[in-house]
Amino acid sequence: MSSLSRDDVANLARLARIEMTDQELENLTTEFGVILNAVARVQEVATTDVPATSHPLALTNIFRADVVIPSLTPEEALSGAPASEEQRFRVPQILGEEA
Amino acid sequence: MIKNSAAEMAQSLASGATTSVALTQAHLDRITEVDGKVHAFLHVDAEGALKQAADTDAARARGEKLGPLAGVPLALKDVLVQKDVPTTCGSKILEGWRPPYDSTVVSKLKSAGVVILGKTNMDEFAMGSSTENSAYGPTHNPWDLTRIPGGSGGGSSAALAAFEAPLAIGTDTGGSIRQPAAVTGTVGVKPTYGGVSRYGLVAFSSSLDQAGPCARTVLDTALLHEVIAGHDPKDSTSINAPVPQVVAAAKSGDVKGMKIGVVKELNGDGYQAGVRQRFEESLELLAQAGAEIVEVSAPNFEYALAAYYLIAPSECSSNLARFDAMRYGLRVGDTDGASAESVMNMTREVGFGREVKRRILLGTYALSSGYYDAYYGSAQKVRTLITQDFNNAFAKCDVMVSPTCPTTAFKIGEKANDPLAMYLNDIATIPVNMAGIGGMSLPCGVAPEDGLPVGFQIMSPVMQDQRMYSVGAALEAALLSKWGAPLLSQAPSLGGVA
Repeated sequence: MSSLSRDDVANLARLARIEMTDQELENLTTEFGVILNAVARVQEVATTDVPATSHPLALTNIFRADVVIPSLTPEEALSGAPASEEQRFRVPQILGEEA
Repeated sequence: MIKNSAAEMAQSLASGATTSVALTQAHLDRITEVDGKVHAFLHVDAEGALKQAADTDAARARGEKLGPLAGVPLALKDVLVQKDVPTTCGSKILEGWRPPYDSTVVSKLKSAGVVILGKTNMDEFAMGSSTENSAYGPTHNPWDLTRIPGGSGGGSSAALAAFEAPLAIGTDTGGSIRQPAAVTGTVGVKPTYGGVSRYGLVAFSSSLDQAGPCARTVLDTALLHEVIAGHDPKDSTSINAPVPQVVAAAKSGDVKGMKIGVVKELNGDGYQAGVRQRFEESLELLAQAGAEIVEVSAPNFEYALAAYYLIAPSECSSNLARFDAMRYGLRVGDTDGASAESVMNMTREVGFGREVKRRILLGTYALSSGYYDAYYGSAQKVRTLITQDFNNAFAKCDVMVSPTCPTTAFKIGEKANDPLAMYLNDIATIPVNMAGIGGMSLPCGVAPEDGLPVGFQIMSPVMQDQRMYSVGAALEAALLSKWGAPLLSQAPSLGGVA
């Protein structure tokens, strides 16, 4: 029986950077009990002798020649920015948090 | 005109019987007429479509050599970026965003002269099976407006079924092309993973996502498949090999001597009676066409759903971290002195819907230290077992088949508060994504008990996509001669002139 407490869910929300309401945390705590029980079934067959697959293709690193190719202009790159200044993304204060 | 197949429309354009501008306008008129009821589109780009149509007409008048679908209109799922045209992924967090570049799929459509009518509705970030998770309201199934059109690509399939477009693009992470095709009586193909570039496809679960063609006939789907497929240096997971000859396969529809493997585990309990009946009848038709029907077993498929709901949320929790309110999209709470972290937290709370938040948190948990091996790690092992099941089965047959979905379209709202019941829709489509192989759904009739369309799924090995087109075309031809007219002629007209 897998289960998470409301505090566990609140911690996940904090890690995922989502400011959830009390009601959302309540609902998710209940739902997670059900969902985790269902998905935990993978453990029935995932024995140590089975190798893991992370991707359908046998991937190796793909490289391209190190040459300059056309890319977005600064105006295009900033065109969707919530705020910009002097050809840069303007962001809220990032230093001094949780000091 | 709008009820014709894309191939017929292309023929009329080539012969000069009509123009792309006239054809495009006819579809724009149809959208104006019926989309208030269907809500397949989030954005209609009338001006851009008519300009593209006029350009194609001009190129044809100049005698330029054009592609087989030049001048034919298409509906684009709102998860693929098109330069300067709003792209929302069905989410409030991207409302109003206009991408500064084209996805590779869009570049290929544009160079082929395919006219893009607009962007279609979807479950937010492609997470869902009904379009009810769209932040902009659900799409309605043209067969019965009180029912879901499937998801996540319900807008694309509904647009086809409502004759708002003859072609559409979808994306399929766990069934988002095939399940909507099944419940709307249309055709949809998830190509082999890596067959179509993911460049400019907003990522949900990168190891599973695949864009693909949707249409009303197998041949139209094949024609569109060849337009969008092929190696792309901008996508490192794009397969560098020739595109499977799907158009030739769809034209021949020859199944003589082919071995068709019926998956024992994807039938029976939990599958609606009418779904099973139409599926069994289709097997008989394929046998009459010269195929050999064999039974194959895939014992680990029963764990696919559980593994999917660990792998997809895990990858989504990482992919959706890019929506941080800093570089594009919504920003909430940016007042004097607010920290970047609090702005991020508030924006993601307001911008994401319930299912997206649920999956981000589930993925965050499955990847967290101490739980990683038990959840994400175990799911990856199940992925290996599913691939082995496919390999073992394909040693005994050329393609595998099953019903696409356990049921026909359910009512809007029926499963909205029960995530697990909703997830069960994808039980037969998910294994294909886990193994990265190809999958098609095509209509095989309506269920006698409710009169709603049933989908027939065909699965083919990696880069053998032509096989599912051969089988699909053979079944389509047999069904057409049985019915006397395409299945969609049985759907309600939705009013209007069509």
